[in-house]
Amino acid sequence: MNIMNLINALPGAVAQGLIWGIMAIGVYITFRILDIADLTVDGTLCTGGAVCIMLMQSGQNVWVAMAGALAAGMLAGMATGLLHTFMGIPAILAGILTQLGLYSVNLKIMGKANQAINVDKFDLMVSLRYIKGVPFYKNTILIVASVIVVLILILYWFFGTELGCSLRATGCNDRMARAQGINTDLNRVLGLMISNGLVAVSGALLGQYQGFADVNMGRGAIVIGLAAVIIGEAVFGRVFRNFGFRLLAVAFGSIIYYFVLQIVIWLGVDTDLLKLLSAAVVAVFLAIPTWKSRYFSRTAGKGGV
Amino acid sequence: MLEIRNISKTFNPGTVNEKRALRNVNLTLEDGDFVTVIGGNGAGKSTMLNAIAGVWPVDQGQILIDGKDVTKLPEYKRAAFLGRVFQDPMNGTAATMGIEENLALALRRGQSRTLRAGIRNQEREVYRRLLSTLGLGLEDRLTSKVGLLSGGQRQALTLLMATLKKPKLLLLDEHTAALDPKTAAKVLETTEMIVNRDRLTTLMITHNMKDAIIHGNRLIMMMDGNIILDIRGGEKKSLTVEDLLHKFEEVSGEEFTSDKAILG
Repeated sequence: MNIMNLINALPGAVAQGLIWGIMAIGVYITFRILDIADLTVDGTLCTGGAVCIMLMQSGQNVWVAMAGALAAGMLAGMATGLLHTFMGIPAILAGILTQLGLYSVNLKIMGKANQAINVDKFDLMVSLRYIKGVPFYKNTILIVASVIVVLILILYWFFGTELGCSLRATGCNDRMARAQGINTDLNRVLGLMISNGLVAVSGALLGQYQGFADVNMGRGAIVIGLAAVIIGEAVFGRVFRNFGFRLLAVAFGSIIYYFVLQIVIWLGVDTDLLKLLSAAVVAVFLAIPTWKSRYFSRTAGKGGV
Repeated sequence: MLEIRNISKTFNPGTVNEKRALRNVNLTLEDGDFVTVIGGNGAGKSTMLNAIAGVWPVDQGQILIDGKDVTKLPEYKRAAFLGRVFQDPMNGTAATMGIEENLALALRRGQSRTLRAGIRNQEREVYRRLLSTLGLGLEDRLTSKVGLLSGGQRQALTLLMATLKKPKLLLLDEHTAALDPKTAAKVLETTEMIVNRDRLTTLMITHNMKDAIIHGNRLIMMMDGNIILDIRGGEKKSLTVEDLLHKFEEVSGEEFTSDKAILG
């Protein structure tokens, strides 16, 4: 166990953490704001990567490819949203259905199970080759960090608008929202579209970063997203109260997740067990609010002055 | 102002749990009417209010608000005409949002939600002034999360939200039932103040016969999905609890079995 191996791996962990952080922010929007656990993201992540890489292979520039990925992700979110609202399917099941359907869609987009993109032949926005030894404006960590800051600023603005506020109200108390004249079905679809759009952008960046898109690249993405949300809240929850900073905390949570992952790998843990480990850690963190209220607090009275 | 024509609603039709909650109900409210609604559990009081609010579609009949047929309008569109306060204080507000944010949501009831700022500075002055009329000190806590408020405070805030944009009809579904007696009296007092100030047409369900008699200019009693009593004008003014019990026996043909739910 050479400590230098770990230190050398850390910039990569930061870059990956940041890229997955964008996805985690998408998960935050559905999981925390809309109060829906949206499993679509496992499929959307690959959709984003696949669309981006195929568009670039066909000669489009990276910005068009990223916009295409965003649009494809939003379509996937809309599919889940309509399954949930228009067809009345429970949100979790709606997400699972879209995710399964996306597996075929992703295969058709790519034509096979994976597609590579060569960093030397294409002008990529990010790559694992752009971490060291490149001018700072090409540095992947810097670029992804800037993307995250811009996205957070946009989301911060959006959730402060009339529409954004009505979306928050929908997730918090949909009965109240409807009584205040808010179209809760439309808002759910909209929220799922925004979330999956972000996840697809994350997938597009991830595809460029690792140099390929693979039909299995999104497997378990929701768990990583939830882990980032939970870690971010646990570590920064008391410091960051402002909505924008909460989103930032989610991105930091994702970085921490990849840091820990690198350390675990460095310690020589069998990498086949990583997903099991992730699942167990997320399960425990999700259980904490329940355990807290069950074992550590007196039950508060209902109503009263 | 409100006209209900022959509406019926059956829950779980064709199953063992079938419940005919409303049976050909007719009701017309005049502009400025303050109607109290009483009746035992399962009489159809809340069902009638939910039918008006459009929580689900009715099986038959028509609902007109201010002459406009709203029977086919979804709940969120009908909200443009309605102010609502629920029995459970948790239902009327968004707990994770601030007091001012909740009020800002209510101010935009009936408007499409745009990408303009969700709350503007000049609104805050209005909110502060209106909150101070509640006498709960909420005017100094504009940014506090509503989840931190007590049930009574939340109900008073919901009342303010329901009437912030003057509704054509105010629907109060036992909005004091979950509160302790002292808080309930205070919220009722606030209700009376707002309804009188804005001359609101109001339907108020209550479990408490005395409240039903004291408040409003008209009283209706429901049983088995029907309106069985409709008392208004001078007769309502001189009404006593004994009168009401007597009338109930007369109309229903049943002895009044000191139903605690009705006596309150």
